[in-house]
Amino acid sequence: MSSVLYDTPGPKARRRTLVGSIVVGLAALAVLALVAMQLDEKGQFEVEKWAPLFDPTDDSFPLVWDRLGEALGNTLIAALLAMTFSLVIGTLLAVSRITAARWYRWAVVGLVEFLRGVPVVIAIFFAARALPEWGVDLDTLWFLVIGLTLYNSVIIAEIVRAGVNSLPKGQREAAESLGLRRSQVLSMVLLPQAFRAMLPALISQLVVVLKDTSLGFIIGYEELVRVGGQVVQNLSNPIQTYLVIALIFIIVNYALSRFAVYVEHRLSRSRKGLPAEVDEAAMEQVVAQTGGAGGA
Amino acid sequence: MNVIFDNLSLYLEGILKTLQICAWSAIGSLVLGTLVAACRVSPVPPLRWFGTSWVNVFRNCPLTVVLFFTAFGLPEIGINAEYFWFGVLGLVLYTSAFVCEAVRSGINSVPAGQAEAARAVGLTFSQSLANVIMPQAIRTVVPPLGSVIIAMIKNSAIVGAFGVGGELFSVIDTLTGSRGIAVVPVLIGVVLGYLILIIPAGVLLGVLERKVAVVR
Repeated sequence: MSSVLYDTPGPKARRRTLVGSIVVGLAALAVLALVAMQLDEKGQFEVEKWAPLFDPTDDSFPLVWDRLGEALGNTLIAALLAMTFSLVIGTLLAVSRITAARWYRWAVVGLVEFLRGVPVVIAIFFAARALPEWGVDLDTLWFLVIGLTLYNSVIIAEIVRAGVNSLPKGQREAAESLGLRRSQVLSMVLLPQAFRAMLPALISQLVVVLKDTSLGFIIGYEELVRVGGQVVQNLSNPIQTYLVIALIFIIVNYALSRFAVYVEHRLSRSRKGLPAEVDEAAMEQVVAQTGGAGGA
Repeated sequence: MNVIFDNLSLYLEGILKTLQICAWSAIGSLVLGTLVAACRVSPVPPLRWFGTSWVNVFRNCPLTVVLFFTAFGLPEIGINAEYFWFGVLGLVLYTSAFVCEAVRSGINSVPAGQAEAARAVGLTFSQSLANVIMPQAIRTVVPPLGSVIIAMIKNSAIVGAFGVGGELFSVIDTLTGSRGIAVVPVLIGVVLGYLILIIPAGVLLGVLERKVAVVR
């Protein structure tokens, strides 16, 4: 394997790599053993801490997994609702930023920049505490969805705008020269192509939203983390329970990330069929800026 | 608005505490993230595996869950510290995965020909790294790294929601809980506080980007 840092290794380097691998492997085993000893000493390997989560014959097993399954469902519902709303509102924001008159565009830009600076946990908290005070009484699910949508719609607006801007100028010019109206140019020519280019970025954003639903525990929405807390209260096994919850999140999100990569590959492979080349550098830059370590 | 001015000192303290959390977390995650990135590009396979799994675990796990581990898991195995440090540790672990990816993509963005040319003129590994690859990699790393740090500032609010006292988010609880002040003005103050932190950080990042930008 060769990279920018080193050449394809020769026999000597391969030997060194092998020795290095063995040393690192042994060191890792030593660290693991140390951690295991510490865990054992504190009684973390006792059966009653693990059985309710991993042993189907245990009495609490069905109950615990019933609750966790329900919680996973709640998490997914919140994420999907938030993503759908963000997609609609984000697209509208992007379209109005692209087409709007100057005075109005400033309002949209201001709103986008403002909401991008607010931590998502504050947005959720705001929705859950301020809305009831204004007489809007909803389920906690909707407060969570509103908070997540507030935060993510502006990020998606930026992604959409980047997608539209990354299209070659000729697309718009050609559409306009056919006599299409501005709204037609956007809805029939630019947006469909932009969405295709944005698809990987949108799937990655879904991962961010999914992770952010875990903040629902702050406002009392029964998603995975909160239900995990209830399980811990009954079984007093925080390490084991949060391990399971972390695994659930990691598996779902990892699958989504792989899917995003797969979609990206497919799109770049079928570039010939793609109507127009997109400016990938511009696209990537915006994704890096908006995505960042986005959310939690 | 009066709420904000009456409790200005509380808000300022909150901003300072948030800055403290962010400063420690930024230092920690930059160092740790760079180390993990070094593992991910190393020629030794076990180190690469370690780096890859590190990134996959912490990038796909919500910060809340990481914080639950550091705040409630570590005391279970006999590691006790102030809540502040558990919070910082969680934020460092979580952010390091994103720092690692930014650094790694920076290193990979340097064309392989650059390093080949460096080797061809007889530079050693460390020389080519220090004089050829790193100066170019750092320039491409700055923008994504900056947005990672800005996201980290926003994520510090979650650490606050975990009850690190005196931090900007916890001002909400202090004011609305014990003193019974209406929640909306208090929240507006907190939002303003975060904007005060984040907008200058964004401007600073823009200046830095223009300074180091190279046209390829």
